Amino acid sequence: MNGGQDLGGMHGFGPVAPEADEPRFHAAWEKRVFGLAMAMGLSGTWNLDASRSAREALPPGEYLTSSYYAIWLKALESQVQAHGLVTPEELATGRGFVPAAPVKRVLRGEEVDPLFARGFPSDRPVPDPARFTVGDRVRARIVNPVGHTRLPRYVRGRTGRIEAVHGGFVFPDTNAQFAGEAPQWLYTVRFAARDLWGDQAEAGHAVSVNAFESYLEPAEPESAA
Amino acid sequence: MAHDHDHEDHDHDHHAPHHASELSPMELRVRALESVLVEKGYVDPAALDRLIETYETKVGPHNGARVVARAWVDADFRARLLADATPAMRELGVGGRGGEHMVVVANTQEEHNLVVCTLCSCYPWPVLGLPPVWYKSPPYRSRAVIEPRAVLAEFGVTLPADQRIRVWDSTAELRYMVLPMRPAGTEALDEAALAALVTRDSMIGTGLPRAPGPSA
Repeated sequence: MNGGQDLGGMHGFGPVAPEADEPRFHAAWEKRVFGLAMAMGLSGTWNLDASRSAREALPPGEYLTSSYYAIWLKALESQVQAHGLVTPEELATGRGFVPAAPVKRVLRGEEVDPLFARGFPSDRPVPDPARFTVGDRVRARIVNPVGHTRLPRYVRGRTGRIEAVHGGFVFPDTNAQFAGEAPQWLYTVRFAARDLWGDQAEAGHAVSVNAFESYLEPAEPESAA
Repeated sequence: MAHDHDHEDHDHDHHAPHHASELSPMELRVRALESVLVEKGYVDPAALDRLIETYETKVGPHNGARVVARAWVDADFRARLLADATPAMRELGVGGRGGEHMVVVANTQEEHNLVVCTLCSCYPWPVLGLPPVWYKSPPYRSRAVIEPRAVLAEFGVTLPADQRIRVWDSTAELRYMVLPMRPAGTEALDEAALAALVTRDSMIGTGLPRAPGPSA
């Protein structure tokens, strides 16, 4: 969705503010939100793409003025309610009033180390051959899906070049909506900054994104002359 | 505790917290969520504690620094790392959640690499830990792709005009780490001493490795 999360190329946010000796967490509640989001993510009730989608669904004004763990908290609150795990009254009081809904898994303390050390790969076999090969010129499609997508606005309609073919990966756009993993070929597409930003592009600058096959269409060769 | 004082405090409870020990609205809100998730059996408190402990104390840029230092001293490892980073890092016991599909991009005299996630906060957890606030915040996410040299200048990094900049926007589940160039004057340093020169920012691309200190 064209939400508050799609920030590439926006102006007006001011300078980057690095923090000397930054702590991992800035408040005790941030730790709890981090842990809760990780633990609930493993309950099997939703997936990572759905969590990203829930965060992006915050109205842009709210998204842009919330700290990152506040965004996570608000998304998690909405997810546990949307999936019927917690009622609004339970969330308001911190007490359970209705029986727990079944979840696929409850992450146990002793499972954290082995599971997180192994990780959760999202590569998947794709039966069809890749449509594009390294060196192909491609255009990012002009699309404006109302649901979750990982094609940033600043590359839509722009032409770049396939630089790497990575294999099949879970397609976030469908997975976020619980419409299946529907794996697709994933590519690295390199764009010259001038093709993204025009004359004001800094010299000697290129930007790459990882793009799923359905985000791309063939582009004409660079020059017929 | 005198009862009259308790009563007085109670009268103020409807207003802003006025004791340092009182919980902020966010602490209360998160505590409510945690309490109900634990009470209903969705979250095991032991898992919660272990997750927080792991990412607060165990996983961090020291892991990435080990990978970089190894690549600086071992050309074969460097080649494996650049060809297929995930199994190469596993050789050093580095990997896991948030780094299932690693890509390492090497800085050269000709090209400097910079990593960003414009859409959220994708970051290579097993090598760098959890991202700093600035990495997740709008100024960096909006500007890294459109004016990277200006962003680098704010980190105190000025690159030669003829060194190209390559920005990697982490828009899928690949996670990027920059392999910075080995600083000059480090020929005599061992791997551990080299790792101490590798900063977190040098592996994001917003910094360069430390220069070696004067030899003792």
